[in-house]
Amino acid sequence: MTVHPALTLHVPEPTGRPGHKTDFSYLSTSPAGSVRRPPTDTPAADTADLATSLVRVLDDEGKAVGPWVPAMHPERLRRGLRAMMKTRIFDARMLNAQRQKKLSFYMQCLGEEAIAVAHAMALQDGDMCFPTYRQQGLLLSRDDISLVELICQLMSNERDPIKGRQLPVMYSYKRAGFFSISGNLATQVPQAVGWAMASAIKGDTKIASAWIGDGSTAESDFHTALTFAHVYHAPVIINVVNNQWAISTFQSIAGGEGTTFAQRGVGVGLASLRVDGNDFLAVYAASQWAAERARTNHGPTLIEWETYRAGPHSTSDDPSKYRPADDWQRFPLGDPIARLKKHLIAIGEWTEARHEHTHKELEIEIIAAQKEAERHGTLLDGRVPSAATIFDDVYHEMPEHLRRQRQQMGV
Amino acid sequence: MADKKPESKTVPMTMIQALRSGLDVMMGRDDNVIVYGEDVGYFGGVFRVTEGLQAKYGKTRCFDAPISESGIVGTAIGMAAYGLKPVVEIQFADYFYPATDQIVSEAARLRHRSAGDFTASMTIRMPCGGGIYGGQTHSQSPEAFFTHVCGLRTVMPSNPYDAKGLLIASIECDDPVIFLEPKRLYNGPFDGHHDKPVVPWSKHDMGKVPEGYFKVPLDKAAVFRPGKAVTVLTYGTMVWVAEAAARESGIDAEIIDLRSIWPLDLDTIVDSVKKTGCCVVVHEATRTSGFGAELVALVQEHCFYHLEAPIERVTGWDTPYPHAQEWAYFPGPSRVAEALKRAVEG
Repeated sequence: MTVHPALTLHVPEPTGRPGHKTDFSYLSTSPAGSVRRPPTDTPAADTADLATSLVRVLDDEGKAVGPWVPAMHPERLRRGLRAMMKTRIFDARMLNAQRQKKLSFYMQCLGEEAIAVAHAMALQDGDMCFPTYRQQGLLLSRDDISLVELICQLMSNERDPIKGRQLPVMYSYKRAGFFSISGNLATQVPQAVGWAMASAIKGDTKIASAWIGDGSTAESDFHTALTFAHVYHAPVIINVVNNQWAISTFQSIAGGEGTTFAQRGVGVGLASLRVDGNDFLAVYAASQWAAERARTNHGPTLIEWETYRAGPHSTSDDPSKYRPADDWQRFPLGDPIARLKKHLIAIGEWTEARHEHTHKELEIEIIAAQKEAERHGTLLDGRVPSAATIFDDVYHEMPEHLRRQRQQMGV
Repeated sequence: MADKKPESKTVPMTMIQALRSGLDVMMGRDDNVIVYGEDVGYFGGVFRVTEGLQAKYGKTRCFDAPISESGIVGTAIGMAAYGLKPVVEIQFADYFYPATDQIVSEAARLRHRSAGDFTASMTIRMPCGGGIYGGQTHSQSPEAFFTHVCGLRTVMPSNPYDAKGLLIASIECDDPVIFLEPKRLYNGPFDGHHDKPVVPWSKHDMGKVPEGYFKVPLDKAAVFRPGKAVTVLTYGTMVWVAEAAARESGIDAEIIDLRSIWPLDLDTIVDSVKKTGCCVVVHEATRTSGFGAELVALVQEHCFYHLEAPIERVTGWDTPYPHAQEWAYFPGPSRVAEALKRAVEG
């Protein structure tokens, strides 16, 4: 009889923990400009190599190189830079407001700004994003969303468009192609596929864009969504934002060790790309590729965006307990704002002085918006929507039992 | 919503044909009505409810789905948000559990959490109940899971006429509707006497169904059998079982068919119990935390001073639905009759 050694259970660990630096060699990268760009109608199976390599456009000197360089006018690039800066400043201000207890909770997207901002710029009006709570850049990159209104949502005050019913950040903006954020993870991905299927059923030209983090790709809804997207060739982009961390859990616990999240897509039959999410130009180019593929009826694309969650998961989290404090500074893909700024300066379309000026201008704009929003109340002063309104919108028309309960509440 | 008077001529239909007719009528009236689920396309569903719809409306209006209830409901939410009116089939109610997050956290709450910005108007059909030797995975009655969720409507017809009228009302409703179909009633009004042949719907008045469009309102119970001695609150298959129990025991029971389990028609219930002074609640689902518990509580809250006897509950036992012992589990007419006697005798 063969004697086998005792089995051992493998529990993945990150390469860094508080007190010892992360070995980022786990993150496989490709030199900028080295990854091929196939036509947008390429068969899904032929994208297998693109699910392991890393699409990058900006090199270390800030030059845009290779087949993925998008045709973007410098004015559009400046717009993107400004939207990323606006997102970062907005996040910082709201974090402060949370510390002052003007809002109950906040979630910033520090370090991930390029993904939502550049992606939004590659979509068209009428398309629908099904975001998670870290895609505020989708809204902040638009000119038609009022900062005051966003802050009113965060402060759950009298002007909160969703009437205080959801945690801060769980925005809903149908008119801006931004689906109501659930807070439950992964559920929005099959919904995005269904929305895209509906567009195809109706013979429209709109596409959907689903968002999920590395951690919640472990949910069955993610895999279900990939299957449905493939089965019906749904015009949808499935974005996996791999920011390396799900609260305190490293992405290897979600199954990232020894493989990539993009490879899930290829296995199910979706065109799949793995892209440098901190490279604004690469994000825009890959988003545009996937959007064109979807809109020309060539079906879904899964994109894994490599990035780093530079801040805590939320205001209730302290990452110094589980990862090295200087991790972000050492992350090989850098800071998306610094990288696009460097590029714009390198091509003579930006200066330090303009950057400084824009930063100040945005700060003034956001501070003014916050002041205006606070005039309608904050969580501190209790000026929240009337409690009686919690009975509205449970059903289209209020049933009798809710009328009775509203009376019992006595407001 | 008003009970729209049927204008078309009536024809004999089984509950399956009535449901199919309801889908057909709605697909014909509204291009946004989309029907899908496991086996529902080319084949027409394991119970044949969607038979012929793909041939008639094309395969982008009626199609097969992968075996994933969370995917079926999740995609339907997206379609509903787009503006379609999806009508999806969960092959057996016993299979809805993988879709729980999509139903409970998403479909039911989307309107509320977005303050009406997005809605999930959709109909989720599921054959439910036992009596077909389906064992624990083809026999459950999970209505109480849904009635506990704010934002859902839960409906269960007991006959072909109501099945079609309620289905059309559900499809037109702006809320997500859980549409439970007692599969033992698909072909005839089963009264619990499993050893006797079932009368087909074609021999029954309630099997005469208008061919065209009509609605049965989603918030109105039906007095299925008027009576003076005791009120029976029930729905689905157990309506017929209760009727047999009343007939065989000679007790003049007033049988209320809830039709819409939640939100429910409390007025009809309260009026009846105040009149009879006693109440028996009957359902096939397991007893503890079943919907009967809610009914008992409501009757107690609203009719306490009219009650002359403790409220009785007749339900499935608190065990998984058995296979070989099905008829010992099923709350048949003799168990219901005993409860009627206890209630009437105080």
